[in-house]
Amino acid sequence: MKRYLQVIWAVLWKDLRIESRTKDVFTSMAVFAVLALLIFNFAFELRVPDKAMVTPGVLWVTVAFAGVLGLGRAFITEKDKGSLAGLLLAPVDRSAVYFGKMLANLLFILVVELFLLPLITIFFNVPLITPALLLILLLGTIGFAAVGTTFSALAVNTRAREVLLPVLLFPVMLPVLVAGIRSTIGLLEGDTLADLGNWLQLFLFYDLLFLVVAFLTFDYVVEE
Amino acid sequence: MGPSRRLVAGLNLLALLAMLAAIYMALVQAPDATNIVPEIRPAQRIIYFHVPAAWVSMLAFLVTFLASLLYLRSSHVRWDIWARSSAEIGIGFTLAAIASGSIWAKPAWNTWWTWDPRLTTYTIVLLLYIAYFMLRSAIDEPGRRARFGAVYGIFAFLSVPLTFMSIRWWNTIHPVILDPSADFGLGPGMTLAFVFGNIAFSILYFALLANRLRLEWTVERVAALREHLL
Repeated sequence: MKRYLQVIWAVLWKDLRIESRTKDVFTSMAVFAVLALLIFNFAFELRVPDKAMVTPGVLWVTVAFAGVLGLGRAFITEKDKGSLAGLLLAPVDRSAVYFGKMLANLLFILVVELFLLPLITIFFNVPLITPALLLILLLGTIGFAAVGTTFSALAVNTRAREVLLPVLLFPVMLPVLVAGIRSTIGLLEGDTLADLGNWLQLFLFYDLLFLVVAFLTFDYVVEE
Repeated sequence: MGPSRRLVAGLNLLALLAMLAAIYMALVQAPDATNIVPEIRPAQRIIYFHVPAAWVSMLAFLVTFLASLLYLRSSHVRWDIWARSSAEIGIGFTLAAIASGSIWAKPAWNTWWTWDPRLTTYTIVLLLYIAYFMLRSAIDEPGRRARFGAVYGIFAFLSVPLTFMSIRWWNTIHPVILDPSADFGLGPGMTLAFVFGNIAFSILYFALLANRLRLEWTVERVAALREHLL
């Protein structure tokens, strides 16, 4: 078990170090997120009576689109530089490689969300930074990263590469997006976490189910 | 090996007879619905096609899911053929259900389409399996295509009930008829046509599947022969 955790940590640490030197993923996700917010702002300006009404949708759509941008990169460098073969040849459990990659993706998306929340608060004048909303975002992002990491590995091995990723990912992600948007609406309208019981259960169920399935199928996805 | 020629022919004949009988029962034998305004009574008969089409699409995707699991376990090409054949038929029946629902919605809801959650999620199901075939067509190597297809087939099917749950918690205006205890919400005489419609569509599904399986096996054999000869 200790060794398993060490492998996860090694893969995660490798990805974090690559990112800290290139800043490829974070920069493109963050700049894209700001652009998306500006576009939403133009689209809704003067047309929506109250910007708070559209904020939940803006938040989740921006997170989903920026997230898929980052996920698309997760295996591209590994594949192009041939390091994926190295990872797979290492005498370690492949599911540990999955969890390492998944945690790295999760962290990248979470950092972008933390960057996004104050911006939405400023641009849309809606206070978003509450513990309850952070929990909802965390739960949604876990499911997103769990499925996204596996699908990213699928997409990178196809001719279309990352272009295919959103097509594969978004329909499967729909329950998370629905639950995320509905519970954000609830929170903005003054509900507490206790009122959102159903949606929280859906989040938890989705996260657990898809983490387990992704864990079980990852071997087949990276197999050569 | 695929199903024999005799089995395919038998199923084709059975499906033809069952569908003719189902059409007769739906359009002639079933009584008019009495609890709705007369103008939309003819439109109500769409239920004898719409619900079976939706049911068969789900059955088809279930078969794809099970075949995908079996493929990952055994790596036998047979299960990949089952999975892709069934998914293709499922897409056909999904389109039939959406189209027939839309035709019914015009007189009943006075619109071809609403963003009702059930309609929306059913469309998502369609997109899931379109994505399934997009994924497959973007991979050249047959082994990987089958493996990736199986992985996606599993994810896709598992997300369907979750999507279904999320729509139940959203308000829906779509009638809920999947309640056997209430006789499916149908009057006497209508239930027979309804149940028979479902059976007939299921037979049609198996006939289509048998044809598809036989065709795919032939494709595999031609590919193997070409490999052998060239």
